Amino acid sequence: MSDITEDTVRHLASLARIALTPEEVTRLTGELVAITAAVESVNRVATPDVPATSHPIPMENVWRDDVVADQLTIEESLSGAPDHDGSRFRVTAILGEEQ
Amino acid sequence: MSDLIRLTAVEQAGLLATREISSVELTKAHLDRIAEIDGDLGAFLHVSANALTVADEVDAARANGVELHPLAGVPIAVKDVLATTDMPATAGSKILEGWISPYDATPVARLRAARMVLLGKTNMDEFAMGSSTEHSAFGITRNSWDRTRIPGGSGGGSAAAVGAFEAPVALGSDTGGSIRQPAALTGTVGMKPTYGGVSRYGAIALASSLDQVGPVSRTVLDSALVHDIIGGHDHHDSTSIPEAWPSFADAARRGARGESLKGLRVGVIKELDTDGIQAGVLARFHETIRVLADEGAEIVEVSTPNFEYAVAAYYLILTAEASSNLAKFDSVRFGLRVTPSGSPTVEDVMSATREAGFGDEAKRRIILGTYALSAGYYDAYYGSAQKVRTHIQRDFAAAFANADVLVSPTAPTTAWELGAKLADPLAMWLSDITTIPVNMAGIPGMSIPIGLADEDNLPVGLQIMAPAREDARLYEVGAAIEALLDAKRGAPFSTLTPNYVGGGK
Repeated sequence: MSDITEDTVRHLASLARIALTPEEVTRLTGELVAITAAVESVNRVATPDVPATSHPIPMENVWRDDVVADQLTIEESLSGAPDHDGSRFRVTAILGEEQ
Repeated sequence: MSDLIRLTAVEQAGLLATREISSVELTKAHLDRIAEIDGDLGAFLHVSANALTVADEVDAARANGVELHPLAGVPIAVKDVLATTDMPATAGSKILEGWISPYDATPVARLRAARMVLLGKTNMDEFAMGSSTEHSAFGITRNSWDRTRIPGGSGGGSAAAVGAFEAPVALGSDTGGSIRQPAALTGTVGMKPTYGGVSRYGAIALASSLDQVGPVSRTVLDSALVHDIIGGHDHHDSTSIPEAWPSFADAARRGARGESLKGLRVGVIKELDTDGIQAGVLARFHETIRVLADEGAEIVEVSTPNFEYAVAAYYLILTAEASSNLAKFDSVRFGLRVTPSGSPTVEDVMSATREAGFGDEAKRRIILGTYALSAGYYDAYYGSAQKVRTHIQRDFAAAFANADVLVSPTAPTTAWELGAKLADPLAMWLSDITTIPVNMAGIPGMSIPIGLADEDNLPVGLQIMAPAREDARLYEVGAAIEALLDAKRGAPFSTLTPNYVGGGK
């Protein structure tokens, strides 16, 4: 059973911020149908009485003292940025004209 | 080829300590080897320009009587998933091409503190997504045993580099088998530590509840020595285990003395000992089990019925976590930016950048992960996969109630032909069926070479597993089996490696 269509993949791609080409959408739709069918089996043993495990080694929240640690400087933080103004990352407009 | 490069890291360290060779000489021998064959082998994405300078500094320190770490001056290769301040870290992706980190990953910083010589960065599947190193944006890596075959993945670069004597040891990362499976396919040793055993600070994340950094080498002791350097608590990684660890090198040396196998309860996992495994792999596996029994090990059969759901659950958890981790590649803080024409919004720029910067496998997994996490499907996919994870942990707990270590073939097959599984992503994913359960449970797993498959003369690996935090047990048992097989063979496994014939850079 699968309800995955090309529209589903286009929606997922917009959520994931990837401008897929029409050819990629077609190919990924076919692949996603096959892959979801293959992974459906997890539902056979995932019964309500079984607790979920999110993390392999059980851990409590990890705290540290609220003091300045060995953090990056502003210059280091900006060193790999495609564009910046010396203290901030620079990007194009957040909102489009129609928004 | 210089004989120096065929020595283990421990042997190289011994010659450095007695000043019979210099680190410059040793480093040069490895750089020469890389220049000679790596244009064809493709194990390295970047060769360090600083290696000889660092080697020279170590030689000077040694001459001045400075107390040094035993591996100081010994070269090492680093998987390109780890951040380095003097070399790019791309994780095999175009989206990070040329990116240089402002900080070192903790395992890298610890190698530098021990004054090991970093040779360069090794090739990998893009963001460690793959089992063949064919998904790197920068080209394939070949198998050091047969240039027409894959070296395994995602850490094919580190495994091939060590297998082809370009480096004695290397670092890898293992999310579903990316250290162990390439080790098996290239006849090398690979260790995935207990989750949290090695800091992941500066390791470019794939799936945060599964990823772990670990060593690659030609002998168990060499991996143990590197693990002793890189392991232990790090306040930069909140999943790092705070307790102290025993010396893994001591454990390996204890194992090599030969008493460790008597009375050891070795559990053979029934579900990974089937006709689905290549005949030559299964033959070497059964032969090794008989050798262990002859040494006084108690062989018990254990059953792990939920492993059949492990691959499905793994790919739901991995893709969900990867889609979230890879959201950081948004063209804002680092890496590629592609700006479409006109007056694009930041969202348009992100979408164009990610379309251009990610390869097919990364896109496939991000889209699947986005689906698995989306409203209405979360419980059926990600939620159910987390329940399978509980089942797998319970299977391991039951098995370890009757066995000190568990064993299986590391990989279902030997190295396959380049391109053989590229058209079928699901077939590629299934090749990790033997290694994935270990990551799902967070336990340590090691692969050691145990022989060659009759049908293709390619290396076969034995996977050894222990309960969480019992990494030392793996080094002890791994070294014991290695010593036993070396004695029967009359030579270390690496002496079987054919001379790699291929072009230089």
